[in-house]
Amino acid sequence: MVKKQLSRIYAALIFVFLYAPIVVLIIFSFNNSKSRGNWDGFTIKWYIQLFKNKEILRSLYYTLIIAITSSLISTIMGTFAAIGIYDMKGFTKKFALNLNYLPVLNPDIVTAVSFMVLFKMAKLELGIITIILAHITFCTPYVVLSVLPKLKQMNKHLAEAALDLGATPFYAIRKVIIPQIMPGIVTGALLAFTLSIDDFVISFFTAGKGVSNLSIMIYSMARRGINPVINALSTLMFLTLMVLLLIIYKRSEKEEEKVIE
Amino acid sequence: MNNKWLKRICVLLLGVLSISLISSCSDDRPTINIYNWGDYIDPEVLDMFEEEYNVRVVYDTFATNEDLYVKIKQGGSSYDVIFPSDYMIERMIREDLIQKIDTKKITNINNVDERFMNLDYDPDNQYSVPYMWGTVGIIYNKNLVNRPLTKWADLWDEEFSGEIIMLNSQRDTLAVALKKLHYSMNTRNINELEEAKNELIKQRPLVYAYQGDEIKDSIISEEAAIGVVWSGDAVAMMRENPNLVYVLPEEGTNLWFDAMVIPKDAQNVELAHEFINFMLRPEVAAMNAEYIGYSSPIPKAIELLSDELKNNKVAYPDFSELENTEIFKDPTDLLKEYDRIWTEIFSTM
Amino acid sequence: MKLNKHGYFYLIWMAIFIAIPLLMVVYFAFTSGDSQSISSADFSLENFKRFFTPMYLEVLKKSVQLALISTIICLLLGYPVAYIISKAKLKYRNILILLFVIPMWMNFLLRTYAWLTLLGKNGIINLMITKLGFQPLDLLYNDIAVLLGMVYNFLPFMVLPIFSILTKMDNSLIEASWDLGANRLKTFLKVTFPLSLPGVISGITMVFIPAVSTFVISSLLGGNKTYLIGNLIEQQFRYTGDWHFGSAMSIILMVFILISMALTSKFDKGKEGEGGGLW
Repeated sequence: MVKKQLSRIYAALIFVFLYAPIVVLIIFSFNNSKSRGNWDGFTIKWYIQLFKNKEILRSLYYTLIIAITSSLISTIMGTFAAIGIYDMKGFTKKFALNLNYLPVLNPDIVTAVSFMVLFKMAKLELGIITIILAHITFCTPYVVLSVLPKLKQMNKHLAEAALDLGATPFYAIRKVIIPQIMPGIVTGALLAFTLSIDDFVISFFTAGKGVSNLSIMIYSMARRGINPVINALSTLMFLTLMVLLLIIYKRSEKEEEKVIE
Repeated sequence: MNNKWLKRICVLLLGVLSISLISSCSDDRPTINIYNWGDYIDPEVLDMFEEEYNVRVVYDTFATNEDLYVKIKQGGSSYDVIFPSDYMIERMIREDLIQKIDTKKITNINNVDERFMNLDYDPDNQYSVPYMWGTVGIIYNKNLVNRPLTKWADLWDEEFSGEIIMLNSQRDTLAVALKKLHYSMNTRNINELEEAKNELIKQRPLVYAYQGDEIKDSIISEEAAIGVVWSGDAVAMMRENPNLVYVLPEEGTNLWFDAMVIPKDAQNVELAHEFINFMLRPEVAAMNAEYIGYSSPIPKAIELLSDELKNNKVAYPDFSELENTEIFKDPTDLLKEYDRIWTEIFSTM
Repeated sequence: MKLNKHGYFYLIWMAIFIAIPLLMVVYFAFTSGDSQSISSADFSLENFKRFFTPMYLEVLKKSVQLALISTIICLLLGYPVAYIISKAKLKYRNILILLFVIPMWMNFLLRTYAWLTLLGKNGIINLMITKLGFQPLDLLYNDIAVLLGMVYNFLPFMVLPIFSILTKMDNSLIEASWDLGANRLKTFLKVTFPLSLPGVISGITMVFIPAVSTFVISSLLGGNKTYLIGNLIEQQFRYTGDWHFGSAMSIILMVFILISMALTSKFDKGKEGEGGGLW
């Protein structure tokens, strides 16, 4: 019993640690002053300004499009890649794995600049396609890294049995392997989405004109100071996520009740 | 269960994507692509321009002059109007990255204060039109400091140990040290640079932190008493904390300009000129100066500002105070030296 | 198992988008000249020679030290959290792990700035502490702040892989261990932890590697008083314009990381000795 209480307190402390800055962010979105060093009274003026600022809303739109598209594609590609690599042997396997690691190894700026030069050599005009390609490339390794351990943990005999019983490899993957590695896939997707949504350097150097994501917008304010309108936007995004989370929770409660019936 | 939701999300995504595609396709107004610092324009100004000229404004932002340089140099993305700083304009002219402006099309160019035209980085303003300007100086909290500060050398006073914030920019901080030693901030003399380096190494134990824009909050919240800041930031800081004083040091300081230029590969040069002209209108320049808080180079615009801002000696000092200032020059071949020196300053060896 | 051809598409992708850029970086590293005009470079080892001097090696050492310490802290703090969440009831589990990840979707710079407000001399934490009558703590612009920032930033990358392994842990093995008389600690050390090792290795990889090349955290939370290798490399590309030196340093960093990860993967000598990856 004590153990359970202790572990709950520990988990709670970690969550406080994770959310403390978010709470600060939210509070300062209502600060009448632009400065974080001075509380000048409560206001919602930043929220009103937010909806009048076309540029920020456009960045939000692009951030979401790029993040959702690239995490979706890298999750799919990464899962199949992991399955393929899992089944490889010897030198090919080592080669594939180490190549996969390279975007993880390199500092962002090196990846960013090398992409920029690559696109220049290929005479590709920078735009939304180039930024999505770049995002997919640096997200997929994380999906592979998340799925591989689950593949190792999985009971490979089930898949072999399925193949022996006449299933096509694709059927075996769909019905046998993927359900077993699902937590890894979900983890990978979450990681990919997280990385994409928060990336600045790679996005900046591979984005074309008219394409700007939130990170670029925010980092560009580095010289002037972050406009609290950004805090307001972050607060709204956060609240939206909380609401979504609540919906998911309610639905899984309903499912439990259904099962009990 | 999962499948139903997945399908719904896919449909939603497709819907959003198609709507956005359609809406951008049906927009056949001419487009102007602008590349500027973050939060460095009154958003309303862009809306006004769109309405009046019936065009679409595409507005992107960058964080530093050097980032801007890499994007423009490497190509792949053509902008019509960009906003580099003085030394970067000098470099872009030299490397043939920007085109000459047809001043006949910029009818409002006479609105700009003569004293801010024809500067060294762009003689005769063939390529650029000033947008904002300012100085670099010392800001200090008069309640936390026992005497008024008047020179860069004051930042080396042991009495202020732990209360000094310096800028985390190589060039600006080296400039401070060079001016303290009465050298030019654009010096190419390696010995002078090495002396500056030694000064900064001596100063390290006294420095609270080397910061970028966070310096504003640190000084406002009184975590440190003294800082090196740009005049525009000083204006904002003094609003938040009335105990702050901004001073241009005796040894001389940096005068900086951000200006509008047109890159060589601009696709809509005509519209670029219209935009620059538009930005020089006193009402528009005043809107920007009021929103950003930095100093406008257009006297008629200054008259339109709020009393608090137009009488602010930090933002609009008497010209006599600007006599002992220098504008940065393009340091391209010295950058490697700056980098080595900066690394040596922070090395523990 | 005939599944390996599913990996071939990715191999092609990697060849185009990973191998070619890497070759370019290598090319830059072994040449010198004006970075912006790629073709006019000459072969040279100057960049490497420049790096292998005490000053720059010290920078690398400091970066590795910080990365190592923060990885260890992440592991020590993160494993228990992953364990606790994985043992929670199913309906809470997914919510909890999502709750863990959601802060990461808020912009990193914003969250780091928020830490400045929390940790400052006159910041929120010190405000609370002084109200309670204690002396204010020196929590900012030092190594403590930098480590805190790094752990804050990388903790989810440690927790997620460990969590995903622990969720499908075969409970019958654990129960068997208890039935055979082992106490909880022994079960954990001999059964649970070794089985979760692939996740741990993944986590360590996903924390240590970015931690070595990070610099924004040390820049903001450390007051820019420590120069890390991430700073150095970024400066070369985004300020100084010396892409050759920058590329050389990232090759050196890459080799260093590959070697240290090769040593780590010795711990994951699982089936066919393939480990979690590197080497």
